[in-house]
Amino acid sequence: MNKLLPAPWWSLFLLVFWLLLQNTVSFGAALMGTILAIVIPLYTHRARDYRVTLHRPLVAGQYFIILLGDIVVSNFNIAAIILRPRKSIQPALIEFPLEISGSVPITVLASTISLTPGTISAELGRDGRSLLIHALNVTDADAAIEQIKRRYERRLKEIFQC
Amino acid sequence: MNTLPQWAELLVSFFIILGASFTFIGSLGLLRLPDFMARLHAPTKATTLGVGGIIIGSMLYFSLSDTLSLHELLIAIFLFLTAPISAHLLAKAGLHLELKLTDNTRDLRKKPEQYSDKDS
Repeated sequence: MNKLLPAPWWSLFLLVFWLLLQNTVSFGAALMGTILAIVIPLYTHRARDYRVTLHRPLVAGQYFIILLGDIVVSNFNIAAIILRPRKSIQPALIEFPLEISGSVPITVLASTISLTPGTISAELGRDGRSLLIHALNVTDADAAIEQIKRRYERRLKEIFQC
Repeated sequence: MNTLPQWAELLVSFFIILGASFTFIGSLGLLRLPDFMARLHAPTKATTLGVGGIIIGSMLYFSLSDTLSLHELLIAIFLFLTAPISAHLLAKAGLHLELKLTDNTRDLRKKPEQYSDKDS
């Protein structure tokens, strides 16, 4: 957090992004990427009205790996449900009480819920304290809420300290 | 472009077929699932692995036959960013239009007025 690099993680992301776009790691590409990674955050920094700090980068990495695994599992679950005969699913609309606050953490949690097994986030409550989830096939709604809390929300709370 | 050894060809074909199968199952889900909200689950989930499999196949093919190629990863990044958001917007629209859900959907909302347009 200094003057030249107001958002260090974002700058790193932009540099990696540029190298991926170029599809090579050469001196020229790295130099151009570094210039862009410094100039773009400086130019757009004032437009960001929310401030997010990654307090635990290691937990964030762990979170990402867990998420990737769960996406693969959820794909197989949904494929199994689709290929089974219809009318055997038990959909439900569940209210998920949020413990975290702030627009970025809630967005990350809502996206996670949409990407993981059998659930889609449909709406944020007006007071911002709860998420409405549509679950494709649940028998025990409380257990599903408990699992999301334990698996994702706890880690997000640790990462963003909110 | 030189030819690939046989094990590499098998690996690449495996990932492409995996991706294609999941994309197909995702599209099939649109047809088979009972209501709007349930249908949303199929394209957001099954297709992430579908596209993922094809991307891995493409990365393997170009990395093994030519030089290291990772820019397919950008497709995955954009997909992970956009798929949940478009699903969320569609679900939101469906909710506010109060589309009919299948009969065995349980509504476990304690405060339904929190999620509706109507002023109470």
